[in-house]
Amino acid sequence: MAGNLQFDLVSPERKLASVPATEVQIPGAEGDMTAMEGHSPTITTLRPGVLRAVTAAGVQSFVVTGGFADISPASVTVLAERAIPVAEATPAVLDELLAEARAEAAAALPADKAQAEKTVNDVAALREAVLKH
Amino acid sequence: MPSLKDLKNRINSVKNTRKITKAMQMVAAAKLRRAQEAAEAGRPYAERMNAVMASLAAGVAGSEGAPRLLAGSGKDQTHLLVVMTAERGLCGGFNSSIAKLARNHAQELAAAGKTVKILTVGKKGREQLKRDWGHAFVGHVDLSEVKRIGYANAAAVARQVTAAFDGGEADVVTIFYSRFQSVISQIPTATQIIPAKFEEGAATSALYDYEPTEEVILADLLPRNVATQIFTALLENGASEQGARMSAMDNATRNAGDMINKLTIQFNRSRQAAITKELIEIISGAEAL
Repeated sequence: MAGNLQFDLVSPERKLASVPATEVQIPGAEGDMTAMEGHSPTITTLRPGVLRAVTAAGVQSFVVTGGFADISPASVTVLAERAIPVAEATPAVLDELLAEARAEAAAALPADKAQAEKTVNDVAALREAVLKH
Repeated sequence: MPSLKDLKNRINSVKNTRKITKAMQMVAAAKLRRAQEAAEAGRPYAERMNAVMASLAAGVAGSEGAPRLLAGSGKDQTHLLVVMTAERGLCGGFNSSIAKLARNHAQELAAAGKTVKILTVGKKGREQLKRDWGHAFVGHVDLSEVKRIGYANAAAVARQVTAAFDGGEADVVTIFYSRFQSVISQIPTATQIIPAKFEEGAATSALYDYEPTEEVILADLLPRNVATQIFTALLENGASEQGARMSAMDNATRNAGDMINKLTIQFNRSRQAAITKELIEIISGAEAL
């Protein structure tokens, strides 16, 4: 049985979660990763995606966009620019996110274009994934 | 010597004013609580952000490829001052003290031969700086329609600021706001946000794996850090504004009370004088008979 690590999820506006979790699945910029107790210290940026924390009370899922995760052997702190519990992520909210990402991509400088378009794809994939549930 | 009727009107009008200031004080107290909660809720994010940024920055600082937001543009000719004030008045010296700090700062810079540009957030600061520094205004962010300041508002301001920096229109960006200390004390503060400065010694010693690389993370986080700092400043400002208004209105209510007492005494004296005068007239009239 794996031990617990402290899982914190904060957005600029509020603290969404602060609970012990056995594992946390993070949508990293370079691929998903799962952090469990004893994970080596890592800092990774996030891509828009679904963050899952497995806790004693069940699985908590959040839609997150932008930000980073700070993983240490005993804790995971996710700082997301925007974090929404999956239950609150209605199609309208997701559509808005997608529209925002598209607008940003359209306005992006050529140097940032690829990055912005990748974000649009990520958000679109995220939308599909959440709506399927 | 005002007539009795004038005095009576005066007392009534001060009483009405007292009702209004009392109501404003209570509204400000309720809003203050909410603003303080918002400021507190935002604190963990800002603190973690700062800690991570400090350790990242310490690793990259001094190296050739340091991002411009951290290293600066290599000049310090053009200064952009972001002056954040309230949208409303009647909050004591709150707006004036921020404007004063910004004005002094701008004067120092101008005296040193630097170019000053000013971006105002909130109507009141704009009004106060218009006379001396109206020519330096480069923009204004109107938050009067915003009921609750969200991260999106701060992000919009941050975008303007970073765009100005990237476009070479500003070399150093400083924000002016009021830090919330307590209901009776708010400290006008100037913080330089570009190039980013971090408190030394905050760096964690743990050896981190970075994914992707340190530089990429830093490049991604620096603009976010600008937005976070602006957001924190806006929240602090919100709490400060309500705190300042609360104590200003508390004072006003108390002053109105004092004034009512004084006027009432004056009113009673005049009334008594009138009565005495009438009595004297009657008595001396009777004696004359």
